[in-house]
Amino acid sequence: MPEIRVTPLGAGQDVGRSCILVSIAGKNVMLDCGMHMGFSDDRRFPDFSYITQSGRLTDFLDCVIISHFHLDHCGALPYFSEMVGYDGPIYMTHPTQAICPILLEDYRKIAVDKKGEANFFTSQMIKDCMKKVVAVHLHQTVQVDDELEIKAYYAGHVLGAAMFQIKVGSESVVYTGDYNMTPDRHLGAAWIDKCRPNLLITESTYATTIRDSKRCRERDFLKKVHETVERGGKVLIPVFALGRAQELCILLETFWERMNLKVPIYFSTGLTEKANHYYKLFITWTNQKIRKTFVQRNMFEFKHIKAFDRAFADNPGPMVVFATPGMLHAGQSLQIFRKWAGNEKNMVIMPGYCVQGTVGHKILSGQRKLEMEGRQVLEVKMQVEYMSFSAHADAKGIMQLVGQAEPESVLLVHGEAKKMEFLKQKIEQEFRVNCYMPANGETVVLPTSPSIPGGISLGLLKREMAQGLLPEAKRPRLLHGTLIMKDSNFRLVSSEQALKELGLAEHQLRFTCRVHLHDTRKEQETAMRVYSHLKSVLKDHCVQHLPDGSVTVESILIQAAAPSEDPATKVLLVSWTYQDEELGSYLTSLLKKGLPQAPS
Amino acid sequence: MKIKKILSLSYCLSGHPTLPCNVLKFKSTTIMLDCGLDMTSTLNFLPLPLVQSPRLSSLPGWSLKDGNAFLDKELKECSGHVFVDSVPEFCLPETELIDLSTVDVILISNYHCMMALPYITEHTGFTGTVYATEPTVQIGRLLMEELVNFIERVPKAQSASLWKNKDVQRLLPSPLKDAVEVSTWRRCYTMQEVNSALSKIQLVGYSQKIELFGAVQVTPLSSGYALGSSNWIIQSHYEKVSYVSGSSLLTTHPQPMDQASLKNSDVLVLTGLTQIPTANPDGMVGEFCSNLALTVRNGGNVLVPCYPSGVIYDLLECLYQYIDSAGLSSVPLYFISPVANSSLEFSQIFAEWLCHNKQSKVYLPEPPFPHAELIQTNKLKHYPSIHGDFSNDFRQPCVVFTGHPSLRFGDVVHFMELWGKSSLNTVIFTEPDFSYLEALAPYQPLAMKCIYCPIDTRLNFIQVSKLLKEVQPLHVVCPEQYTQPPPAQPHRTDLAIDCQPPATSYRRAEVLTLPFKRRYEKIEIMPETVMM
Repeated sequence: MPEIRVTPLGAGQDVGRSCILVSIAGKNVMLDCGMHMGFSDDRRFPDFSYITQSGRLTDFLDCVIISHFHLDHCGALPYFSEMVGYDGPIYMTHPTQAICPILLEDYRKIAVDKKGEANFFTSQMIKDCMKKVVAVHLHQTVQVDDELEIKAYYAGHVLGAAMFQIKVGSESVVYTGDYNMTPDRHLGAAWIDKCRPNLLITESTYATTIRDSKRCRERDFLKKVHETVERGGKVLIPVFALGRAQELCILLETFWERMNLKVPIYFSTGLTEKANHYYKLFITWTNQKIRKTFVQRNMFEFKHIKAFDRAFADNPGPMVVFATPGMLHAGQSLQIFRKWAGNEKNMVIMPGYCVQGTVGHKILSGQRKLEMEGRQVLEVKMQVEYMSFSAHADAKGIMQLVGQAEPESVLLVHGEAKKMEFLKQKIEQEFRVNCYMPANGETVVLPTSPSIPGGISLGLLKREMAQGLLPEAKRPRLLHGTLIMKDSNFRLVSSEQALKELGLAEHQLRFTCRVHLHDTRKEQETAMRVYSHLKSVLKDHCVQHLPDGSVTVESILIQAAAPSEDPATKVLLVSWTYQDEELGSYLTSLLKKGLPQAPS
Repeated sequence: MKIKKILSLSYCLSGHPTLPCNVLKFKSTTIMLDCGLDMTSTLNFLPLPLVQSPRLSSLPGWSLKDGNAFLDKELKECSGHVFVDSVPEFCLPETELIDLSTVDVILISNYHCMMALPYITEHTGFTGTVYATEPTVQIGRLLMEELVNFIERVPKAQSASLWKNKDVQRLLPSPLKDAVEVSTWRRCYTMQEVNSALSKIQLVGYSQKIELFGAVQVTPLSSGYALGSSNWIIQSHYEKVSYVSGSSLLTTHPQPMDQASLKNSDVLVLTGLTQIPTANPDGMVGEFCSNLALTVRNGGNVLVPCYPSGVIYDLLECLYQYIDSAGLSSVPLYFISPVANSSLEFSQIFAEWLCHNKQSKVYLPEPPFPHAELIQTNKLKHYPSIHGDFSNDFRQPCVVFTGHPSLRFGDVVHFMELWGKSSLNTVIFTEPDFSYLEALAPYQPLAMKCIYCPIDTRLNFIQVSKLLKEVQPLHVVCPEQYTQPPPAQPHRTDLAIDCQPPATSYRRAEVLTLPFKRRYEKIEIMPETVMM
């Protein structure tokens, strides 16, 4: 049986290091190639040696697809393509292609320059890796080869994030990457058509959460920031340079303007201005409102938000600082955190998910004494707030997407096992489809029954139609034809056409049979009696009496002969073709019963 | 086996080869290909001046040879030409040939070929869907907005209709006498109609496969002519029609043309070839620059009548490179259009629809078009109209880009009146849609210099021959104008389509039967059958 096989190399019952191997109709596709923020040893990258024991990755994989620019989805790409070795195509959207190398370079700098890691990928490797990238448009059907095609759908989440449909013939898989089913201040909502894939592979970060309305969360956020700066505290918001940062900037910018606040807002790293520029140039990927008004006012030109300088951290008085990275695991956000952590007037707001092992995760789980390098202990007195602004679909959103795509089965990745279990049950109950949640390295096998497309010759079809009733959609009907398989193409044609096309001579198979009859009359009269008998019995068939004395029923030929030795016996010679076997044998048995007495 | 020809019809609703409007009946779907609006009809009208023009308002009324002056309110005479003094009107595609409410979908190939859309979607009972790419819709909207704005901001009381009477029209001088279908000419639509029409458009991307009722699949392909411009593939499982409209093989700003996907077509419908087959666009751009420099150096002004999007981006890019080397960096460039700002802004956000060079700029990230820098350095300034800020900033000599290229409405009318009397000034025609002599007729006598540098990047006949050899369609269908040399140059047999078998030609209001040889229909075979 044909089957679809899925093996997560990362993101199986886990968040981080997304990398999923899919085999569909003989094609092998790798979905995402991420790194894990919680590890800095070998475990940070997927184990690519699993993919193929012998031979090159390029020979085994037909293509690699990157869903969006977050490092847990593309962070291992240069390592994979340049150090392990892969030369095939890598597909991603235009914004992802633009932003991905910048984040990779940033990541490399932190790893090599700050942490001093050896044997890491180089800047040149990032460039070489990006040369293998093929950019795709939304909804464009990309033909990877003659059989394999992929198509991107809008996913929200971050600029350029996409869901991908992978299709071979009538079999297909949809991979969501990370997505968001509600539009936010700068991006639209994910959307997919009713494409009915065999399998939907969906993220499940917020598998058990149903989030309150965005408005409430935003109000809450603004209130907390406002209160803190009012009492003279400093607010630290660790973010990644692209994505949530822009959403929160738009939020604060409009609030500052409305309330006429003067407290400074800073944004760390030189990346930001560049990042905002990407948003301006790729404005077609943002939400409707921003796209509509960008000519009058570009939402990504901020008046109140200024660039941050390291020295500002020690300035007295209130301020709001956006700093990277988002999980407090390294870099400037961690530095500022260490400076401000001791003062209870200050506040840190974590606007997104934090991977296990990061400082962000520790303080969110209530830890107030942190062991830093050099056996220093940092006491956290500042207020710690968590606000889920990360743009992942919540349980409701995931269910909504499953309903939109109508898959035959669902597979969960990018989430925690316990939460997945809950969602799995819910999906199985509500949609009555199988739901899988493989761990890393575990393979899910899904049997499929793809239909095989072929062509039917119009002549054959018309001949069949002419034979009687119109075809009924729900009733099978028998049709005689010859199936020609050539160059993996299937064509159903009439046998005459097949013979002609293949240059074969036609052979006829005929059955013959003798039936003895007691009849003293002449042969001609016997034939006449046979004719009238058959004519009265076989009302639906064409019975003919030919001038030479023989009788035909369709293709069946009946001749009467008188054997010389016995004048009272006549022999009927019955002959029919193989195709009319049914009728032929029926006729013989009918004749064997004898003829009815001729009317006197 | 006997091959049956099935009927697949093509209704030709427009006689203009570059502003096509065809309806294709294919596999029980009715598909309209493009929705072009023939605006050359406006050349028969007097210009609409933005500022009261004593010259235009004092033109004498026209009277018949026998002195009968009953038309003198409607028709005015200027330098031997007769013009209709009325709100300008456009020549619509044929609306009677086929019931347009039966059209299932409309496929748009580029923003110039959708200008008749509001007439079709709002007034024929059309209930279907329109498909177009995002840049096509956005820029198409700007073109329509500009047109509506140009016409609505100078309200004209008079709407002439007497002259349209068949018995009257017979008596008029050429070209009015020969104008076709004048009774169907219509005034411009309103912004409300534009918005309603555009709301019926569904956005599509290149190489996106769109299923129509499970019977037909349509796919837009990059055509290389303008931002978001596309050719369309219309196919069922065993038949394929390619619709080629407004394509270019030159490297300008749009994504290159996708030729390979046009292969194996049963029928290729070919429209939108270059209107100036004898001119080389590169040479024309060179001439444009040198004439511009010459005029400005002599202290004159340059007027460039143009559309607010398209070739203007390329011209600005050329000037960006040219003005410094020509020592003209202090000459102001003005771009005046109600949609000038939008057009310049929109051009920068369609990175995915641009050629490779421009795309890679966005990755840096830098704006793909250098006019961003021209604006930043104050060399290029844009204004919604001549009123307001422009009058304060206005310095001469200067270069003004403004519409409309027909010279019948828009700010260009004002500049023609203002600069026409001085031989120091130059008007340079770059848009190929209107005959420049006819465009200039109501401004005669004119002292200003007129340079004709039409830039039409669409396919010429040599490129078409090469393309057809490459993609090998079984049949070619095209407007009749393409099957014979232009009437003015009957000996130039190279200015016609040359293909085997000869192309089938069509003219306005004709119905063609497309020659399909259908042999197969699709079936699905159960895997059990094959694995036996």
